[in-house]
Amino acid sequence: MQRLFSLENKNILVTGASRGIGKSIAIETALQGAQLNIVARDSERLNETREQLHVSKVAHNAILCDLASKDDLDHLVENLEPLDGIVLNAGAVKLAPIAFIKDANIDALFEVNIQSSIRLIQRIVRKRKLKKGASIVFISSIATQKATIGNAVYNATKGAVNSFVKSLALELASKQIRANAILPGFVNTGIIQDSGVSDDQLEAHLKNYPLGRYGKPEDISYLSIYLLSNQSSWMTGTLINLDGGFSLK
Amino acid sequence: MQEDFIQLFKETLDIEDKEVQITDQFKTYEEWDSIANLSVIAMIDAEYEVIIENSVFKEIETLQELWEAIEERR
Repeated sequence: MQRLFSLENKNILVTGASRGIGKSIAIETALQGAQLNIVARDSERLNETREQLHVSKVAHNAILCDLASKDDLDHLVENLEPLDGIVLNAGAVKLAPIAFIKDANIDALFEVNIQSSIRLIQRIVRKRKLKKGASIVFISSIATQKATIGNAVYNATKGAVNSFVKSLALELASKQIRANAILPGFVNTGIIQDSGVSDDQLEAHLKNYPLGRYGKPEDISYLSIYLLSNQSSWMTGTLINLDGGFSLK
Repeated sequence: MQEDFIQLFKETLDIEDKEVQITDQFKTYEEWDSIANLSVIAMIDAEYEVIIENSVFKEIETLQELWEAIEERR
Protein backbone atom coordinates (compact mmCIF):
# COMPACT_ATOMS: atom_id res chain seq x y z
CA MET A 1 0.00 0.00 0.00
CA GLN A 2 1.32 3.46 -0.93
CA ARG A 3 1.39 6.22 1.64
CA LEU A 4 0.52 9.15 -0.60
CA PHE A 5 1.47 12.17 1.52
CA SER A 6 4.53 10.81 3.29
CA LEU A 7 6.95 13.24 4.93
CA GLU A 8 9.55 10.53 5.45
CA ASN A 9 13.09 11.94 5.85
CA LYS A 10 11.87 15.53 5.61
CA ASN A 11 13.36 18.08 7.99
CA ILE A 12 10.63 20.54 8.93
CA LEU A 13 10.46 23.74 11.00
CA VAL A 14 7.22 24.74 12.72
CA THR A 15 6.85 28.08 14.54
CA GLY A 16 4.32 28.66 17.31
CA ALA A 17 4.39 24.93 17.95
CA SER A 18 3.64 24.89 21.66
CA ARG A 19 -0.14 25.02 21.38
CA GLY A 20 -3.20 25.13 19.16
CA ILE A 21 -2.77 24.75 15.41
CA GLY A 22 1.04 24.74 15.52
CA LYS A 23 1.10 21.94 18.07
CA SER A 24 -1.29 19.87 15.97
CA ILE A 25 0.79 20.47 12.83
CA ALA A 26 3.90 19.28 14.68
CA ILE A 27 2.18 16.14 15.94
CA GLU A 28 0.56 15.21 12.62
CA THR A 29 3.63 15.88 10.45
CA ALA A 30 5.75 13.78 12.82
CA LEU A 31 3.24 10.95 12.33
CA GLN A 32 3.93 11.17 8.60
CA GLY A 33 7.61 10.56 9.25
CA ALA A 34 9.01 14.09 9.40
CA GLN A 35 11.84 15.19 11.63
CA LEU A 36 10.66 18.31 13.42
CA ASN A 37 12.29 21.50 14.62
CA ILE A 38 9.62 23.04 16.81
CA VAL A 39 9.91 26.64 17.92
CA ALA A 40 8.11 28.65 20.60
CA ARG A 41 8.74 30.93 23.58
CA ASP A 42 7.31 28.82 26.40
CA SER A 43 9.75 26.04 27.30
CA GLU A 44 7.32 24.00 29.38
CA ARG A 45 4.63 23.85 26.73
CA LEU A 46 7.19 23.36 23.96
CA ASN A 47 8.68 20.34 25.73
CA GLU A 48 5.19 18.96 26.27
CA THR A 49 4.66 19.14 22.51
CA ARG A 50 7.99 17.45 21.82
CA GLU A 51 7.10 14.58 24.14
CA GLN A 52 3.97 13.98 22.09
CA LEU A 53 5.82 13.74 18.76
CA HIS A 54 6.15 10.36 17.12
CA VAL A 55 9.82 9.58 16.57
CA SER A 56 10.54 7.62 13.38
CA LYS A 57 14.32 7.87 12.95
CA VAL A 58 15.97 10.97 14.38
CA ALA A 59 15.04 12.84 17.56
CA HIS A 60 13.08 16.05 17.19
CA ASN A 61 14.48 19.43 18.20
CA ALA A 62 12.62 21.80 20.51
CA ILE A 63 14.10 25.28 20.15
CA LEU A 64 13.27 28.17 22.45
CA CYS A 65 13.06 31.31 20.38
CA ASP A 66 11.39 34.69 20.64
CA LEU A 67 10.70 35.38 16.97
CA ALA A 68 10.60 39.11 17.72
CA SER A 69 14.26 38.98 18.73
CA LYS A 70 16.70 39.37 15.85
CA ASP A 71 19.45 37.70 17.89
CA ASP A 72 17.20 34.72 18.59
CA LEU A 73 16.44 34.47 14.86
CA ASP A 74 20.13 34.57 13.94
CA HIS A 75 20.87 31.86 16.48
CA LEU A 76 17.95 29.72 15.34
CA VAL A 77 18.88 29.86 11.66
CA GLU A 78 22.59 29.32 12.31
CA ASN A 79 21.87 26.02 14.03
CA LEU A 80 19.31 24.63 11.59
CA GLU A 81 20.11 21.71 9.33
CA PRO A 82 18.89 22.36 5.75
CA LEU A 83 15.11 22.23 5.65
CA ASP A 84 12.57 20.47 3.44
CA GLY A 85 9.70 22.44 4.85
CA ILE A 86 8.65 25.37 7.03
CA VAL A 87 5.28 26.11 8.62
CA LEU A 88 4.98 29.72 9.75
CA ASN A 89 2.20 29.47 12.24
CA ALA A 90 3.13 31.79 15.14
CA GLY A 91 0.54 34.52 15.44
CA ALA A 92 -1.64 36.61 17.69
CA VAL A 93 -5.14 38.12 17.66
CA LYS A 94 -6.41 41.21 19.46
CA LEU A 95 -9.92 42.40 18.80
CA ALA A 96 -10.83 46.07 18.90
CA PRO A 97 -13.09 48.32 16.84
CA ILE A 98 -11.02 50.85 14.89
CA ALA A 99 -11.74 53.69 17.33
CA PHE A 100 -10.12 51.74 20.17
CA ILE A 101 -7.09 50.22 18.46
CA LYS A 102 -4.06 50.71 20.71
CA ASP A 103 -0.75 51.76 19.15
CA ALA A 104 1.03 49.03 21.09
CA ASN A 105 -1.29 46.38 19.65
CA ILE A 106 -0.68 47.53 16.08
CA ASP A 107 3.05 47.05 16.63
CA ALA A 108 2.63 43.74 18.47
CA LEU A 109 0.34 42.16 15.87
CA PHE A 110 2.40 43.27 12.87
CA GLU A 111 5.54 42.03 14.63
CA VAL A 112 4.37 38.51 15.40
CA ASN A 113 2.05 37.98 12.43
CA ILE A 114 4.24 39.16 9.57
CA GLN A 115 7.47 41.03 10.37
CA SER A 116 9.07 38.18 12.29
CA SER A 117 8.13 35.77 9.47
CA ILE A 118 9.76 38.00 6.86
CA ARG A 119 12.92 38.26 8.98
CA LEU A 120 13.03 34.52 9.56
CA ILE A 121 12.54 33.68 5.87
CA GLN A 122 15.12 36.29 4.84
CA ARG A 123 17.71 34.66 7.09
CA ILE A 124 16.85 31.13 6.00
CA VAL A 125 17.08 32.04 2.32
CA ARG A 126 20.27 34.06 2.82
CA LYS A 127 21.95 31.24 4.74
CA ARG A 128 20.81 28.70 2.14
CA LYS A 129 18.99 26.57 4.65
CA LEU A 130 16.30 25.44 2.23
CA LYS A 131 16.80 22.37 0.10
CA LYS A 132 15.76 22.26 -3.53
CA GLY A 133 12.10 21.22 -3.63
CA ALA A 134 11.33 22.62 -0.18
CA SER A 135 7.87 23.87 0.71
CA ILE A 136 6.95 26.90 2.85
CA VAL A 137 3.48 27.06 4.37
CA PHE A 138 2.05 30.22 5.93
CA ILE A 139 -0.94 30.05 8.24
CA SER A 140 -2.91 33.13 7.18
CA SER A 141 -6.63 33.69 7.76
CA ILE A 142 -9.97 33.68 5.99
CA ALA A 143 -10.40 37.10 7.63
CA THR A 144 -8.46 38.46 4.64
CA GLN A 145 -11.31 37.38 2.35
CA LYS A 146 -14.25 38.16 4.59
CA ALA A 147 -14.11 40.98 7.12
CA THR A 148 -15.49 40.79 10.63
CA ILE A 149 -15.90 43.66 13.06
CA GLY A 150 -13.07 44.34 15.47
CA ASN A 151 -10.50 42.53 13.37
CA ALA A 152 -9.05 45.34 11.23
CA VAL A 153 -5.44 45.20 12.42
CA TYR A 154 -5.31 41.41 12.42
CA ASN A 155 -6.79 41.37 8.90
CA ALA A 156 -4.19 43.87 7.73
CA THR A 157 -1.35 41.72 9.09
CA LYS A 158 -2.69 38.63 7.37
CA GLY A 159 -3.25 40.57 4.14
CA ALA A 160 0.45 41.36 4.31
CA VAL A 161 1.15 37.65 4.74
CA ASN A 162 -0.85 36.83 1.60
CA SER A 163 1.06 39.38 -0.46
CA PHE A 164 4.42 38.26 0.89
CA VAL A 165 3.67 34.62 0.03
CA LYS A 166 3.12 35.48 -3.62
CA SER A 167 6.38 37.42 -3.95
CA LEU A 168 8.26 34.70 -2.10
CA ALA A 169 6.80 32.00 -4.33
CA LEU A 170 7.88 33.90 -7.43
CA GLU A 171 11.41 34.55 -6.19
CA LEU A 172 12.08 30.99 -5.07
CA ALA A 173 10.41 29.16 -7.95
CA SER A 174 13.65 28.82 -9.90
CA LYS A 175 14.98 26.68 -7.04
CA GLN A 176 11.84 24.55 -7.06
CA ILE A 177 11.03 25.95 -3.64
CA ARG A 178 7.31 26.58 -3.15
CA ALA A 179 5.35 28.91 -0.88
CA ASN A 180 1.61 28.77 -0.19
CA ALA A 181 -0.78 30.05 2.44
CA ILE A 182 -3.65 28.34 4.21
CA LEU A 183 -6.54 30.67 5.06
CA PRO A 184 -8.39 28.96 7.91
CA GLY A 185 -11.78 29.94 9.18
CA PHE A 186 -12.29 29.99 12.91
CA VAL A 187 -10.46 27.22 14.75
CA ASN A 188 -11.32 27.04 18.42
CA THR A 189 -7.98 26.92 20.21
CA GLY A 190 -8.75 29.36 23.02
CA ILE A 191 -6.75 32.20 21.45
CA ILE A 192 -9.86 34.25 20.64
CA GLN A 193 -11.38 34.00 24.10
CA ASP A 194 -8.28 35.66 25.50
CA SER A 195 -9.04 38.51 23.16
CA GLY A 196 -12.52 39.49 24.33
CA VAL A 197 -14.99 37.15 22.61
CA SER A 198 -17.48 35.33 24.80
CA ASP A 199 -18.64 31.74 24.45
CA ASP A 200 -22.16 33.00 23.70
CA GLN A 201 -20.86 35.08 20.80
CA LEU A 202 -18.93 32.11 19.47
CA GLU A 203 -22.04 29.96 19.60
CA ALA A 204 -24.05 32.59 17.72
CA HIS A 205 -21.32 32.99 15.07
CA LEU A 206 -21.47 29.27 14.25
CA LYS A 207 -24.55 29.81 12.08
CA ASN A 208 -22.22 31.45 9.53
CA TYR A 209 -20.49 28.11 8.91
CA PRO A 210 -22.42 26.06 6.32
CA LEU A 211 -20.72 22.81 7.32
CA GLY A 212 -22.05 23.35 10.83
CA ARG A 213 -18.86 23.33 12.84
CA TYR A 214 -15.75 25.37 13.51
CA GLY A 215 -12.37 24.07 12.42
CA LYS A 216 -10.29 21.65 14.42
CA PRO A 217 -6.51 22.10 14.53
CA GLU A 218 -6.17 18.80 12.62
CA ASP A 219 -8.10 20.25 9.68
CA ILE A 220 -5.24 22.70 9.20
CA SER A 221 -2.61 20.03 9.85
CA TYR A 222 -3.89 17.74 7.09
CA LEU A 223 -3.70 20.47 4.44
CA SER A 224 -0.24 21.42 5.76
CA ILE A 225 0.88 17.82 5.26
CA TYR A 226 -0.30 17.92 1.64
CA LEU A 227 1.50 21.22 1.02
CA LEU A 228 4.70 19.92 2.63
CA SER A 229 4.60 16.67 0.66
CA ASN A 230 6.05 16.04 -2.79
CA GLN A 231 2.52 15.50 -4.10
CA SER A 232 1.91 19.26 -4.14
CA SER A 233 5.05 19.98 -6.16
CA TRP A 234 3.13 21.93 -8.83
CA MET A 235 1.38 24.21 -6.34
CA THR A 236 2.95 27.54 -5.44
CA GLY A 237 1.83 31.09 -4.63
CA THR A 238 -1.71 30.01 -3.79
CA LEU A 239 -3.99 31.17 -0.99
CA ILE A 240 -6.22 28.28 0.01
CA ASN A 241 -9.50 28.83 1.84
CA LEU A 242 -10.09 26.19 4.51
CA ASP A 243 -13.16 27.40 6.31
CA GLY A 244 -16.10 25.00 6.42
CA GLY A 245 -17.80 27.17 3.79
CA PHE A 246 -17.68 30.38 5.86
CA SER A 247 -16.59 32.50 2.90
CA LEU A 248 -19.48 31.23 0.73
CA LYS A 249 -22.16 33.15 2.59
CA MET B 1 -13.70 60.09 37.25
CA GLN B 2 -16.91 58.15 37.31
CA GLU B 3 -18.49 60.95 35.24
CA ASP B 4 -15.67 60.65 32.69
CA PHE B 5 -16.30 56.94 32.50
CA ILE B 6 -20.01 57.42 31.85
CA GLN B 7 -19.18 59.93 29.12
CA LEU B 8 -16.74 57.48 27.50
CA PHE B 9 -19.32 54.75 27.75
CA LYS B 10 -21.91 56.94 26.02
CA GLU B 11 -19.47 57.84 23.26
CA THR B 12 -18.60 54.19 22.75
CA LEU B 13 -22.23 53.23 22.23
CA ASP B 14 -22.94 56.43 20.32
CA ILE B 15 -25.70 57.36 22.77
CA GLU B 16 -24.57 60.83 23.86
CA ASP B 17 -28.16 62.08 24.04
CA LYS B 18 -29.36 59.27 26.27
CA GLU B 19 -29.90 59.71 30.02
CA VAL B 20 -27.46 57.27 31.58
CA GLN B 21 -27.18 56.56 35.31
CA ILE B 22 -24.39 54.66 37.04
CA THR B 23 -27.02 52.26 38.40
CA ASP B 24 -28.33 51.38 34.91
CA GLN B 25 -28.32 47.77 33.80
CA PHE B 26 -26.59 48.67 30.56
CA LYS B 27 -26.96 45.29 28.87
CA THR B 28 -30.72 45.91 28.74
CA TYR B 29 -30.28 49.01 26.56
CA GLU B 30 -31.76 48.59 23.10
CA GLU B 31 -28.39 49.72 21.71
CA TRP B 32 -26.60 46.82 23.42
CA ASP B 33 -25.38 44.10 21.03
CA SER B 34 -22.25 42.04 20.35
CA ILE B 35 -20.50 45.01 18.71
CA ALA B 36 -21.27 47.21 21.72
CA ASN B 37 -19.93 44.43 23.93
CA LEU B 38 -16.67 44.25 21.97
CA SER B 39 -16.40 48.04 21.85
CA VAL B 40 -16.82 48.57 25.59
CA ILE B 41 -14.16 45.98 26.42
CA ALA B 42 -11.78 47.54 23.86
CA MET B 43 -12.55 51.07 25.11
CA ILE B 44 -11.69 50.07 28.69
CA ASP B 45 -8.44 48.51 27.50
CA ALA B 46 -7.52 51.58 25.42
CA GLU B 47 -8.56 54.25 27.94
CA TYR B 48 -7.72 52.61 31.27
CA GLU B 49 -5.13 49.95 30.31
CA VAL B 50 -7.41 47.43 31.97
CA ILE B 51 -8.52 44.10 30.56
CA ILE B 52 -11.85 42.82 31.84
CA GLU B 53 -11.94 39.05 31.42
CA ASN B 54 -14.93 37.59 29.62
CA SER B 55 -15.95 35.54 32.62
CA VAL B 56 -16.04 38.72 34.74
CA PHE B 57 -17.74 40.89 32.12
CA LYS B 58 -20.46 38.29 31.70
CA GLU B 59 -21.49 38.64 35.35
CA ILE B 60 -21.50 42.43 35.39
CA GLU B 61 -24.94 44.04 35.16
CA THR B 62 -24.66 47.72 36.09
CA LEU B 63 -22.29 50.50 35.10
CA GLN B 64 -21.40 50.78 38.79
CA GLU B 65 -20.17 47.18 38.81
CA LEU B 66 -18.26 47.77 35.59
CA TRP B 67 -16.60 50.87 37.04
CA GLU B 68 -15.67 48.96 40.20
CA ALA B 69 -14.13 46.18 38.07
CA ILE B 70 -12.00 48.79 36.30
CA GLU B 71 -10.96 50.41 39.58
CA GLU B 72 -9.96 47.05 41.05
CA ARG B 73 -7.66 46.36 38.09
CA ARG B 74 -5.94 49.74 37.74
